[in-house]
Amino acid sequence: MQFMLLFSRQGKLRLQKWYVPLSDKERKKISRDLVQTILARKPKMCSFLEWRDLKIVYKRYASLYFCCAVEDQDNELITLEIIHRYVELLDKYFGSVCELDIIFNFEKAYFILDEFLLGGEAQETSKKNVLKAIEQADLLQEVRLLV
Amino acid sequence: MPAVSKGDGMRGLAVFISDIRNCKSKEAEIKRINKELANIRSKFKGDKALDGYSKKKYVCKLLFIFLLGHDIDFGHMEAVNLLSSNKYTEKQIGYLFISVLVNSNSELIRLINNAIKNDLSSRNPTFMCLALHCIANVGSREMAEAFAGEIPRILVAGDTMDSVKQSAALCLLRLYKASPDLVLMGEWTSRVVHLLNDQHMGVVTAAISLITCLSSKNPDEFKTCVSLAVSRLSRIVSSASTDLQDYTYYFVPAPWLSCKLLRLLQCYPPPEDGAVKGRLVECLETILNKAQEPPKSKKVQHSNAKNAILFEAISLIIHYDSEPNLLVRACNQLGQFLQHRETNLRYLALESMCTLASSEFSHEAVKTHIETVINALKTERDVSVRQRAADLLYAMCDRSNAKQIVAEMLSYLETADYSIREEMVLKVAILAEKYAVDYSWYVDTILNLIRIAGDYVSEEVWYRVIQIVINRDDVQGYAAKTVFEALQAPACHENMVKVGGYILGEFGNLIAGDPRSSPLVQFNLLHSKFHLCSVPTRALLLSAYIKFINLFPETKATIQEVLRSDSQIRNSDVELQQRAVEYLKLSSIASTDVLATVLEEMPPFPERESSILAKLKKKKGPGAVTVELEDGKERGELNGGGDRGGDAAIAASNASTPSPSADLLGLRSTAPVSGTTPSAGSLLVDVFSEAGPSATSAGVNDDGFLSSAPPTVASEDPAPPLPESDELLNKFVCKNNGVLFENQLLQIGIKSEYRQNLGRMYLFYGNKTSVQFVSFNTTVSCPGELQSQLNVQTKTVEPLVEGGAQVQQVINIECLTDFIDAPLLNIKFRYGGALQNISLKLPVTINKFFQPTEMAAADFFQRWKQLSQPQQEAQKIFKASHGMDTEVLKAKLLGLGTALLENVDPNPENYVCAGVIQTKAQQVGCLLRLEPNAQAQMYRLTLRSSKDTVSQRVCDLLAEQF
Repeated sequence: MQFMLLFSRQGKLRLQKWYVPLSDKERKKISRDLVQTILARKPKMCSFLEWRDLKIVYKRYASLYFCCAVEDQDNELITLEIIHRYVELLDKYFGSVCELDIIFNFEKAYFILDEFLLGGEAQETSKKNVLKAIEQADLLQEVRLLV
Repeated sequence: MPAVSKGDGMRGLAVFISDIRNCKSKEAEIKRINKELANIRSKFKGDKALDGYSKKKYVCKLLFIFLLGHDIDFGHMEAVNLLSSNKYTEKQIGYLFISVLVNSNSELIRLINNAIKNDLSSRNPTFMCLALHCIANVGSREMAEAFAGEIPRILVAGDTMDSVKQSAALCLLRLYKASPDLVLMGEWTSRVVHLLNDQHMGVVTAAISLITCLSSKNPDEFKTCVSLAVSRLSRIVSSASTDLQDYTYYFVPAPWLSCKLLRLLQCYPPPEDGAVKGRLVECLETILNKAQEPPKSKKVQHSNAKNAILFEAISLIIHYDSEPNLLVRACNQLGQFLQHRETNLRYLALESMCTLASSEFSHEAVKTHIETVINALKTERDVSVRQRAADLLYAMCDRSNAKQIVAEMLSYLETADYSIREEMVLKVAILAEKYAVDYSWYVDTILNLIRIAGDYVSEEVWYRVIQIVINRDDVQGYAAKTVFEALQAPACHENMVKVGGYILGEFGNLIAGDPRSSPLVQFNLLHSKFHLCSVPTRALLLSAYIKFINLFPETKATIQEVLRSDSQIRNSDVELQQRAVEYLKLSSIASTDVLATVLEEMPPFPERESSILAKLKKKKGPGAVTVELEDGKERGELNGGGDRGGDAAIAASNASTPSPSADLLGLRSTAPVSGTTPSAGSLLVDVFSEAGPSATSAGVNDDGFLSSAPPTVASEDPAPPLPESDELLNKFVCKNNGVLFENQLLQIGIKSEYRQNLGRMYLFYGNKTSVQFVSFNTTVSCPGELQSQLNVQTKTVEPLVEGGAQVQQVINIECLTDFIDAPLLNIKFRYGGALQNISLKLPVTINKFFQPTEMAAADFFQRWKQLSQPQQEAQKIFKASHGMDTEVLKAKLLGLGTALLENVDPNPENYVCAGVIQTKAQQVGCLLRLEPNAQAQMYRLTLRSSKDTVSQRVCDLLAEQF
């Protein structure tokens, strides 16, 4: 996977994760173009589209669009389920996740993503294991470490 | 579950975010942000040391501001400080900030790397993971330098926790992708492969991404992964849906891992070990079977996960392209999906079928779905799905269904989305050309294209139709008639006017007999469009007019009147004005004969790759064009065949005096004479734009030139090469010795040897008569470009050859760089007073400089994959012109100079070869695959090399050998 974007129906970026080196300017341009392209699409349309030399896989959950860019040989359907699994993880962690949770706890959304995907590839697909890792980290929160 | 913002809740952050959200305008937001930035700056600069919590909070705010899209130019140091905090959350925020906002400030990188190093050696798995995540997120070269050695150790160490292994594997993957040179293979590589056997599914899932990437780059080193992957896959596929516990996703066991295993296998050819292969085929069959079972859940996630595996399995089946049974089953399965109610599945089925269409085993099966695909093109509501349908129609098109498909694509064009029109036009044009059985159909199709989607018909397309009409005299009358009719429409596209102008200017005479299309009617029709056209089209029309004056002397007065009018002769556009002046002058001072010569019908265009195809290749990546490349042969036929066209021209120029127009209008000089004109650029462009008119004007302005008698070729000049010289050349592609030429007087024998980029050739000239040859003289020349590509040296021969005697000549050849044309050998002598003048092509072809290369199957496939860009490949499908005897084929392939590789191609009927072409400038590695189809008496020949011209040339040469 080359990158993942979360954005609202108003086109506001809520989370962006880049797995390939790109300049800030390129990232902004890509996000702008893609957000525009996807928002222009109608609800019943296919979840995949060709975009430049990438395949875009996206899905809307309530007010949020989840959008992944994968390479030519990557599998679209499994990418769609990557998105779903991530949504499940957020949902479980926040308890019925909504856009506001992601706005106010954006750092958590990033931490959960890092446990699930790393370098653009699935690191751990078990929901239990990912949440266990996050829980453990949360337990460490206020523990003063003796280093 | 730890609810939101428990414990570490940063109230200040939440307040700030609320503030931003409450801002009514962009200005207010910016104001609020600037205020906050000023506040944070002053805190960071302040004398009072900040506690960790505040630092964390401010760093987090900066991060938030950055993610809103604002620039952040400070705070990095504070974030780095957080890395060494002894509070986990502070450390975590520090890492997050660094991951998102890397700055290649060398001072900081050193500090960051230091902190990472500490965490990596902390033996605390949570810290190690944080550090690894940071490396994977940043992935910079500096980090690779610092950690590429350490991470493999962590990955394979026996005591590493599973979660750390997972992070380490993907971290290493990221570093390898970014800086492959820094990740050194070593003892760890073999142990990494064995992670496929790990008990922990998460570890396997993470590790396989790394293994897949490494395998695709170094297949040999990792080939043991094939059997491991197969057995792992087999265990998953046969497990019950509950066996894998949390790795089961909506009743589908380990879908991610399954997909990745299938993907890994696509880095390799089918397993050689029969047992492994059997097991794999079983897996693939099970996956195909499962697709037919009733779903275990109605949730879309269930079917998506299941179908993800299915599609990946189909990709593998297509990749192997060796199991007809599986290919046909895959095709049937996709056929079902074509009508599925899920748009996503229809999209993917169309996409996947596109690749299936190019496999010989499944091409026919794909074709059976034509109606469904046509229906999709018409009824799908999503343009991206329609695009897939159009792609598939294009891929499944062959001679049997071309008319139907082209007709459907044409009718779709009328309503097609603007975004895909241009590509559709190109595809229609290519299919029409490729599968044209009768040329009137081809002409109709292209004119329809212009009518329906004139704006999207690029120059390449209408140039091409003209090239073809010029080269095929059986279609010229029809083309003239059709274009004349098309021009009757009250509003016709400018491209139609261009084609009309050109074709009527050349072939209007063919329809002039009909009073409804008499010369004057034709002219008036064209001229009625003139004022609506752009300058380039008007220029073209002016050229058509002057051609009319030649074709139809009765129009002269009318046309001269037009040319003389102020709007032409004083046109503010220089080009138009010049044409008007020159054409007017030409028409009034040149005699009919001169006029006829100057304005003679265009000679055939030299054969070249279709400009449309080139354009489509440029537009689309690979894949899109591989299909039609297969039919090079047919395309050749359609263009009237480069060779035949060339030969005809040569014959013509030999028979009569050489075309005087060649010398008058420099632009055509090379085309008809040699037939080997390098196809530089687009000749049509030249004719239409600069070269045409300016060359004409040169002729006109230089009165002496025009009035002087057409020059005649001095008889002492080397004759043009014999018409059969190409054929003679082809005889020597796969052999080095033999008789090159023989007639009643002379026999020329050849012996040659090549080493590296050097060659030596012995020519034996035998006098077959009893009379001596006098003034016997031979020259070897390298025409055009070849001069800089080959270095050829000869010694002169004795000028006297006695009756019955034989003289020998040595030729030394050095190949400087790759080349296409062959050197010309000219022999002149007098026999009984008559001058004999013979030109031949010397059989020096690029393949003579091959060094055979032996390689193992895996190597071959790896290199084959590396050469996957469309221009690196050349392919031809052609009918066998000789028997398909195995031994003969092998001998020819060996004669080509390559190594014939055994046991490489999964299909034992096929041949693969490898060699390196040695030139002084470079070495060009070349891979070859020849697939005979004994039943159809056809071959498919594929060449791949690092140089497009080499692939094409070797492919062309070899295709003539079977």
